[in-house]
Amino acid sequence: MRQLKRIATRFAAGIGVLWGAATLSFVALHATAGDAALATVAGDGANPTQAVLARVRADYGLDQPLWQQYLGYLGRLLRGDLGESYQQRVPVAKAIGEQLGETVQLALAAALVAVVLAVGTAVLTARRRPWIRSAASGTELVLTSFPTFVLGLVLLIVFSFQAGWFPVSGNDGLSALVLPTFTLALPIAATLSQVLRTELEEVLEQPFILTARSRGMRDAGVRLRHALRHALIQIVTMSGFVIGGLLGGAVITETLFVRRGVGQLMLTATTTKDIPLVLGVVLFAAAVYVVVNLVVDIVYGLIDPRVVTA
Amino acid sequence: MSALGTAPDAATVGGRDPQAPLVRVDDLRVSFGRHGADVVDGVSFTIAPGECLALVGESGSGKSVTARTLVGLTGYGARVRAAALEFDGRDVSRNTERHWRGIRGAQVGFVLQDALSSLDALRPVGREIAEPLALHTTLTKAARVEKVLDLLRSVGVPEPELRAQQYPHQLSGGLRQRALIASAIACAPRLLIADEPTTALDATVQAQILELLGELKRGDAGMLVVSHDLSVVARLADRVAVLRAGRIVEQGPTRQVLEDPRDEYTKALLAAVPATHAKGTRLSSAPAAAIRATPREFDRTTPIVAAEGLVKAYTGPDKVNRTVVREVSFAVHPGETLGIVGESGSGKTTTARLVLGLERADGGHVSVRGRRWDSLTPADKRAERRRLQIVYQDPLSSFDPRYTVERVLGEAIGVTGLRAALRRDRAVELLEQVSLGAEHLKRRPLELSGGQRQRVAIARALAPEPELIVCDEPVSALDVSVQAQILDLLADLQERLGIAYLFISHDLGVIHHVSDRVLVMKDGEVVESGDVRQIFTAPAHEYTRTLLSAVLTPASQGGPRA
Repeated sequence: MRQLKRIATRFAAGIGVLWGAATLSFVALHATAGDAALATVAGDGANPTQAVLARVRADYGLDQPLWQQYLGYLGRLLRGDLGESYQQRVPVAKAIGEQLGETVQLALAAALVAVVLAVGTAVLTARRRPWIRSAASGTELVLTSFPTFVLGLVLLIVFSFQAGWFPVSGNDGLSALVLPTFTLALPIAATLSQVLRTELEEVLEQPFILTARSRGMRDAGVRLRHALRHALIQIVTMSGFVIGGLLGGAVITETLFVRRGVGQLMLTATTTKDIPLVLGVVLFAAAVYVVVNLVVDIVYGLIDPRVVTA
Repeated sequence: MSALGTAPDAATVGGRDPQAPLVRVDDLRVSFGRHGADVVDGVSFTIAPGECLALVGESGSGKSVTARTLVGLTGYGARVRAAALEFDGRDVSRNTERHWRGIRGAQVGFVLQDALSSLDALRPVGREIAEPLALHTTLTKAARVEKVLDLLRSVGVPEPELRAQQYPHQLSGGLRQRALIASAIACAPRLLIADEPTTALDATVQAQILELLGELKRGDAGMLVVSHDLSVVARLADRVAVLRAGRIVEQGPTRQVLEDPRDEYTKALLAAVPATHAKGTRLSSAPAAAIRATPREFDRTTPIVAAEGLVKAYTGPDKVNRTVVREVSFAVHPGETLGIVGESGSGKTTTARLVLGLERADGGHVSVRGRRWDSLTPADKRAERRRLQIVYQDPLSSFDPRYTVERVLGEAIGVTGLRAALRRDRAVELLEQVSLGAEHLKRRPLELSGGQRQRVAIARALAPEPELIVCDEPVSALDVSVQAQILDLLADLQERLGIAYLFISHDLGVIHHVSDRVLVMKDGEVVESGDVRQIFTAPAHEYTRTLLSAVLTPASQGGPRA
C-alpha cells in the first residue's frame, strides 16, 4: 500500500517534469532568433514571397501571441498530438517512431556493455594491490575525459580502417553495431566503474563483510554475494546519469557512424529549426527519464528492503 | 547438550596431541604496513578445551587484532609473526587462505559486536545463518532451512519461522545479536570468538546475551571473549588476560584478577568503573583541571529549567502516532546534577531536546529561569539558549571535520561579542579549563583522541558561560579510563563553576556516580524519581529493580558460575 502510494507520488512528479520539459524547450526555441516560417518553406533554397510566409504563419499559428501558441501547444500535447514536422511534413510521433528502433538497439547494447564492464572492472580491482587500482582508475580517467567523437574516431581508425574488423558506418547487422556501442558505452562504463569501486571499497570495510569472511567464504563469494549488492544501490541511483549519457552520446555517435536514429533526427531538427520535431524529441527524452526513474524507484525496493519497511 | 561442537574433526585426529590446548599462542607480534610498530607486541596465551579466556583492554590495546589473527583475518597489510600459533594442536601460522577457509566458520565461530552492522542488511537473517552450513556441510537446502530454525531456537529466538524471514533492521537489538551468534555456532565450532558481544546493547538485553553465551560455554569447546568491559568478562570468563598497548600486563583466573589485581593498570581499570563509586570520589588519577574562576552567586530558589507535564508525540512513516514523552515533570536547580536514566527508546533524548527548546512540546511547558519558552520573544530565546549548552555522545559528528579546535571554540566565543584579538586568549583559557593546552588549537577533530575531542566539546559548551549543560550520553563512546577522566572533569567544573547538569545515560553506573537526583524513564514515562541514594538502595518501581539487577559490576559477579 505504502509502496503504491510512493510510486503514485513519483508518477505525479514525473508528469510535472514532463510539463516543465515541454515549457522549457518551448521557451528556449522561441527565444532563439530566426524565422520559423522561413525555415519551413525555405528548404530547397527557394525564395518564398511575403504572401506565402504569411500563409505559413497563419497555418502554424505563428502569428498568434506567444502565450496562445504555448497554450495551444500544451492542449495538443494533452491529446497526444506532438504536431507535424516543418521539414518532413509527417507527424512528429511518426518521425520519432521510425527512428526509434535503431537508437533503442544502440542504447540498450551500450547500457548492457557499460554495466557489465563497470561491474566486472570494479569487482576485480576494488581493494587490490595499488598498481592494479591505479592502472584501472587511470584508464577510466582517460576514457571519461575523452570527448565521445575522439573516442569514436580512435575506435574507427584502429578497428575499422586498420584492422578492418568492423564496418565504418551504417545500420546493417550486428557488426555495424559494435563500434558505436563501445563508443557510447566506454565513457559511461568508466564513470560507473569509478563510483562502483569506491562504493565497493567502502562496503568491503564493513563489519558484515568480516563476518562473512569469518564464516569461511572465499573472497569472490564475499564480493559477489555480499558486497556487490550494496554497491549496486549506488549504480541504480546513477541511472539518470546513464540515460543522459546514452541520449547525449547517441547524437554524436550516430552522426559519427552515419547511423539512422533519434540522435541524427535531433541533430537535423535542431539545425533546420524544425520546432515541433525538436520539442517532440525533448519530450520523448524527458519521458524516458521519468519512466526510468519510476522503474528505479521500484527496483530500489527490491534491492534494499530497508527502503520499503524503514 | 551444548550447541558448540565436542567431537574432534576426524581429519585431525592422527597428528594431534590429545593433551594439547585448543589454542596456543606464543609471542605473537602483529604490525601493519611496512614500517608500522607492533600493535600486538609479544602476546602469549592458551585456551584449553571447555575453557573461556577473556582478553580485556581499551581501544587500541590490540585485543581485536589478536582475536582476528586466530582466524587468519588480521587485516589488510598485516604482518604476523609468532613463536607458536596453534589451533587444535596444529600449526596454523603458515596456513594458506584455503586452509583458513576450512577453519573459519567450521571450527572457529566468530561473533562481532553490533549485529546491525555485522549482519548483511540486504539479506534475511535466515540466509545469513545458513551461509556457514552451505559452505561447510553437504546438507540439502531443505535440511539447511530446518537447521536454521533449530539454531534460532537454541539461541532463544521465539517464532523462528518468522524471524528467519526478517531482515536485521526488523529485529530488536537482542534478537539480532542472538541471530548473529546462531550463525557463528551453525557448524558447531570447537572455538567461539566473541568480540565485544554485548557492547551497544541495553543493560537488560546485555544480561540476556551474556546468559546465552554462558549456556553455550558448557561442553568442551573453547571460548575467547574480547571486551573493554571488565564486568562483562567477570560473568563469562574462567581466565582473564589484561592487554595494554599490545602486551598482556596481567593474566590469571578471573576471580583473582578482579579481586586481587597485581598490575597497576588493572587496578586503575577497576577503579575507573564508576558504578561502585558514589558522587564526589575521583575515578582517575589525573589532577584536577586548572579552573580559574570564582563560583558565581546563584539564586537557588528558582530552578534553571523546570519542565511541567511534557508530552511529545511523533507520527511514524506508518502513520501511527507514537507518544515518546508523556507527562514528564522535573526541575534542575543551580549547581546540581539531575540524571535521566533509561534504555534506548525511553524518551531521554527527546526530553533533553524539549528542555533546550529544539523541539516544541505537544503538551506541558518548559520554563527557563522562571520564564516559559513559549512566552519568550525570539531575541530572548536566543539569549536564554546561551545559558543552556549541550555535550553529545559523539563529538566527532558534532564538529565540522575541517575546523580546527581554535575555529570551533572561536565560533562559540564569537557569539559573546569578544574582539578577535581576545578570542585566542579566551580559547586557550577554555582549553586549560578542560586540561588541554594552546598546542591543541591548531588540531582538527580527527587529529584528537576520543577523550580530547570530548574535552573540546565541553570547552565549547563552556564558552558562553552556561548555567546548565545537557550531557547526552557524553561518555558512552569512551574507554573506561578516559570515561573516568571526563567524569572527573565534569565534577571539577561543577564544583568550581557551579554548573548544573542534566545528565542523560543508559548506564546506571555512570548515573549513580554523577547524579544528585535521578529520573528513571521507560517508554516515555518517568517511572521513578528521587534522590540518587534512595533510588539505588531502595528502588520503589519494579522496572528500576529490573534495571539495577541487570547492572554488571566486576565485584557483583564474583567470578564465573560453575
